[in-house]
Amino acid sequence: MALVKHDARGLSFRELNERLHRLVADGIDIIDLVNVNGHRYIGTGLAKPVRLNIYGTPGSDLGAFMDGPEIRVNGSGQDAIGNTMNSGAIIINGDAGNVLGLSMRGGKIFVRGNVGHRVGIHIKAFAEQVPRIIVGGVAGDFFGEYMAGGRMILLGLDRRAGQPVVGDYVGTGMHGGTIYIRGKVEEHQLGKEVGLVEMTEEDYAVLQEDLAEFTACFNLSLPEIMREPFAKLVPLSHRPYGQLYVY
Amino acid sequence: MKAGGLREGDFRIPSGCAVAGIMNEDGKRFNGEKIVQAISIMRERSNGLGGGFSAYGIYPEFKDYYAFHVMFDHEEGRHGTETFLQESTVVVKSEAIPIRKQLSMTDAPLLWRYFLEVPKSRLNGLTEEDYVMRLVMHVNDSIEGAFVFSSGKNMGVFKGVGYPEDIGRFFRLEEYEGYLWTAHGRFPTNTPGWWGGAHPFSLLGWSVVHNGEISSYGINKRYLEMFGYRCTLMTDTEVIVYLLDLLMRKHNLPLDVACLVLAPPFWRDIDRMEENRREAVTALRMIYGSALLNGPFSVIIAHENEMIGLTDRIMLRPLVIARKEATLYMASEEAAIREVCPYPDRVWTPKGGVPVMARLNEAAAVR
Repeated sequence: MALVKHDARGLSFRELNERLHRLVADGIDIIDLVNVNGHRYIGTGLAKPVRLNIYGTPGSDLGAFMDGPEIRVNGSGQDAIGNTMNSGAIIINGDAGNVLGLSMRGGKIFVRGNVGHRVGIHIKAFAEQVPRIIVGGVAGDFFGEYMAGGRMILLGLDRRAGQPVVGDYVGTGMHGGTIYIRGKVEEHQLGKEVGLVEMTEEDYAVLQEDLAEFTACFNLSLPEIMREPFAKLVPLSHRPYGQLYVY
Repeated sequence: MKAGGLREGDFRIPSGCAVAGIMNEDGKRFNGEKIVQAISIMRERSNGLGGGFSAYGIYPEFKDYYAFHVMFDHEEGRHGTETFLQESTVVVKSEAIPIRKQLSMTDAPLLWRYFLEVPKSRLNGLTEEDYVMRLVMHVNDSIEGAFVFSSGKNMGVFKGVGYPEDIGRFFRLEEYEGYLWTAHGRFPTNTPGWWGGAHPFSLLGWSVVHNGEISSYGINKRYLEMFGYRCTLMTDTEVIVYLLDLLMRKHNLPLDVACLVLAPPFWRDIDRMEENRREAVTALRMIYGSALLNGPFSVIIAHENEMIGLTDRIMLRPLVIARKEATLYMASEEAAIREVCPYPDRVWTPKGGVPVMARLNEAAAVR
């Protein structure tokens, strides 16, 4: 195991990422990045199971096209985190912005705090590649938009009074995968292509396993989280727009 | 040949932008370094084809006069404009805007500022603001090679073609102190970028910085023309400034109602409102349908007493807000805020279409 600490202050995103790739090529497997602020594309294209510990606010497209590394952010992330990532983990102690996990193909993204709009847009599963997004706080509009596969779990922890767990248009255009939301979701919050179904024992088993991982990451109590009921959302059709342009 | 070469509408290139704003609600003034630092962190959002700033509270010694910032392509433009201003106002002071010559800015226009007083005898029934608005429209529309890009009191816009941090150095913003600053880094979509086309766009005390695209520009423009506004800049953001001036100054709508006009709730959400509100919002949508802003946007609107952050209803452009004591921060990216305020009391993302406002406290408010 080889560990390196690297200061990002004053570096452009390009210089920082070039250095990261060089360190990984040199066999370093744990890298602490300090003074990160707004540097984009951190971890992009890295394809080894290394660990990046980020201190600060990483820029947009964190972990884009990543294949294997584990990124921990001690702070909040910005937009487009985990863009099209294939495998690995992104764990964020703070909040994250819009379009988190867009087009994600595998691996996991855990966020302790709140997330923005269009989280999990078009995430997709294939065979054993099942991407997972778990959010501790609340989410904005279009959660799971055009979702094609994988799992998204939203917990709504630490809400202010009257604050909804999730925004509107949940699962708009969804045609695969499963969304679990802890607490109440109103019918008017849902997109047209998604429906609420009964939770089964199997669902609770899946949640138990996923959330054991999540709670361990952030030092949260699993039984306390499991005490509240979950809503399960699935697509009403696998081809919601199959008839759209057919005359 | 016009200075700066191609202008809006001459050319079309495919599409991004950065916005930032800082306001101290106690009216405490600070120099331009912070806002330059904040916007420079988002360099990847701009491409060097436009940067600019608005600053409020910077001319306390001339606070009772309209401060015109004007760019000229040539000396004839300046002479024509100065003759016109001398005929229509009392020019209290005129001077070149102090700049720092930078090699990267070889095509800068002539930049002048004028502090103007409007004689009551000239108004002929118009309000003072309407009179000043007409002066601005006249110069921009009819005097060749002249463009008024700032016309409020105790405030000023500084903008041009370049990265915002370079524009900030060019205009020596560290020498000004204001309680409210906004900034823009431009990545022009559809147009080539010229000095006048950089953000902020401003009229009287209003200024707007904008990331996105106003798809309703054509409808908004035609609507505004009915009220005497002339959209001369061929850039969508211009209509936001005039719409605010129309809604708030001429039609006396409160700020939150004006925001409901610009980014109204969807009909499906209106249907779920309680009756009174439903009727009011429905009426606004009927009356002001042509003032609705469609398309993706996040904007920071500034006025002497307030700063407003607003995105389109489904938040197709980002905006992050933070507060530290009496200071409110807004930016396209959280990193921009953290750069100048590492430990805010609170950081959050607003809801799409719902305005976030910072207001000067009673004691500091400008009447």
